[in-house]
Amino acid sequence: MVAKTVNQKAWFLVLPVLLVVAFNAIIPLMTVVNYSVQDTFSPGVFFFEGTKWYQEVLASPRFHGALGRQLLYTAIILIIEIPLGVAVALAMPRTGPWVSVCLVLMALPLLIPWNVVGAMWNIFALPDIGLLGFGLNWLGFDYNYTQQPLAAWFTVILMDVWHWTSLVVLLAYAGLSSIPDAYYQAAKIDGASRFAVFRYIQLPKMKRVLIIALLLRFMDSFMIYTEPFVLTGGGPGNSTTFLSIDLVKAAIGEFNLGIAASMSILYFLMTLLVCWVFYTLMMRGEEDT
Amino acid sequence: MAKIQLDQLAHSYLPNPSSESDFALKSMDYMWDDGGAYALLGPSGCGKTTLLNIISGLLVPSRGRIQFDDVDVTDRTPEQRNIAQVFQFPVIYDTMTVSQNLAFPLANRGVDESEIKRRVADMLETLELSSKADQRARGLTADEKQKISLGRGLVRYDVNAILFDEPLTVIDPHMKWQLRTKLKELHQRLGHTMIYVTHDQTEALTFADKVVVMYEGEVVQIGTPEELFERPSHTFVGYFIGSPGMNILPCEVEGSAAFVDGLRIPLGFNYEPPANATLELGVRPEFVRFARQDENGVPVTMDSVDDVGRHRIAKVRLAGHALNIILEEGHEIPTSNIGIVCDPIRSGVYANKHRLEGSAVNLEGTF
Repeated sequence: MVAKTVNQKAWFLVLPVLLVVAFNAIIPLMTVVNYSVQDTFSPGVFFFEGTKWYQEVLASPRFHGALGRQLLYTAIILIIEIPLGVAVALAMPRTGPWVSVCLVLMALPLLIPWNVVGAMWNIFALPDIGLLGFGLNWLGFDYNYTQQPLAAWFTVILMDVWHWTSLVVLLAYAGLSSIPDAYYQAAKIDGASRFAVFRYIQLPKMKRVLIIALLLRFMDSFMIYTEPFVLTGGGPGNSTTFLSIDLVKAAIGEFNLGIAASMSILYFLMTLLVCWVFYTLMMRGEEDT
Repeated sequence: MAKIQLDQLAHSYLPNPSSESDFALKSMDYMWDDGGAYALLGPSGCGKTTLLNIISGLLVPSRGRIQFDDVDVTDRTPEQRNIAQVFQFPVIYDTMTVSQNLAFPLANRGVDESEIKRRVADMLETLELSSKADQRARGLTADEKQKISLGRGLVRYDVNAILFDEPLTVIDPHMKWQLRTKLKELHQRLGHTMIYVTHDQTEALTFADKVVVMYEGEVVQIGTPEELFERPSHTFVGYFIGSPGMNILPCEVEGSAAFVDGLRIPLGFNYEPPANATLELGVRPEFVRFARQDENGVPVTMDSVDDVGRHRIAKVRLAGHALNIILEEGHEIPTSNIGIVCDPIRSGVYANKHRLEGSAVNLEGTF
């Protein structure tokens, strides 16, 4: 019998990948996990605390408030941006020289750095010198986003719609462009109304890109930080303090590492869960293709 | 159902066509009978799809009028013309079931519920799709999807015409034959005027009563499959239809004989060709046979013989010009003094590519 030589050297081949992944994903994530289950009084001295921070976070009204605001904000912008994006895409020309003009105009807001967007709107909406703020007051609306929570919400949402509807438009437009002409011709011959064409041809053909649009907009808006931070700083009061703004306050403002770490983990799990739920719900019935 | 009349019809995709070559479709005047099965046959880019889209109303012609049963429909939409069209790629409504797909054109026209139900059930039966009535149309095979596209047209009993734009392109070869048979059967049963665009001669010849051969924006011949085969009126028709196509040899003509580089080939008719025209002799490979030179054969040299299954094809050269001959079973190639004889009655003379009509039967020469 020949003894089988066992050679495990091949494991070395995956070592570089392991190292890279360890440094860019596993170690940072594990650090957060560590902080979320430990407490410390001086550098280098840690105590294991189990689920204490999690319980504290989950029970705190502050977290509930931020989460509630976050969900409301995301829901509002999705309800506005998805239909609006589809509507704009439908209205865009399908052929001719105006196509590229429209596409460039649509892409512009996406090219502006996020904190610049925040700064632009911060000034644009100022009630005394900003065009929007001054204009609204001139029209007779009592508008001051630095003092009224409602005005602050209005501004933050308007800013997000301005910034991100383009993304939905571009994705929906790509979906529309991929529909062969024969479909429209067949629909004409079948006597379909404009609405029927939308309902039975355009919408089903756009479904996949709209799922992507919805997921991207959900994730981005759920994790939004820079723009409201620059625009309102989370105020007035806590009225526009969304999850990441609250997280940064806890971690850096208050140096409350345990709370911040467990919040981060919860936050990450929520985003993952919601995306998974969206995806499964919307892909249901796609298997029989 | 309707007869279709094309009156001075022409179309250009350019906004301001100036010369003849700007037109995708050159001026044409034709009348197509009610209940006929027509095939528009021609190579890619010959204008057949353009013509079809003009008939269906998806395209408005640059010039001329089109009439259905003496009513001018040039400016009407496809819906108003009441036609059905089946496209190259099957069009189905993904989110609907098979029966909802078939019901769609009826529902859009406000037909009543019970009538829709009856007609859809009937159509499912006809198309042999009853067992899949409640399945999502998306999951079907290409040929089933194409049947649904067709069914959406047929379910409206009163359509003026059903137009097909290369409907079998994406269908598997063995299903093509079945679908074609089905189409033919439906045509016989329902009697709609059908117009079928294709670049495949087999499809055209088996489907249609009348084949319309198009070439570079013009209709070069309308005829039954036999007419196209026996008397092609344009060298393109001779070359395009048949496998292999017609042999076309440059020649001179004197009375009832053609001369190819001085070699005399007897013809069945007397011809008076116009002066200065480019003359060509056209004879199908089926109508040429071998004969020894001492038995009136015109001398040729052998190139090769290909076996294509049912028969063999001999490739020879007559005064340097390539010529195909279909060898029927039992016919042998002479071993020496090789020559050929063309059937004089079935040899045609073409002046500037168009067939010349001869007069007075010439009895010289036997085949």
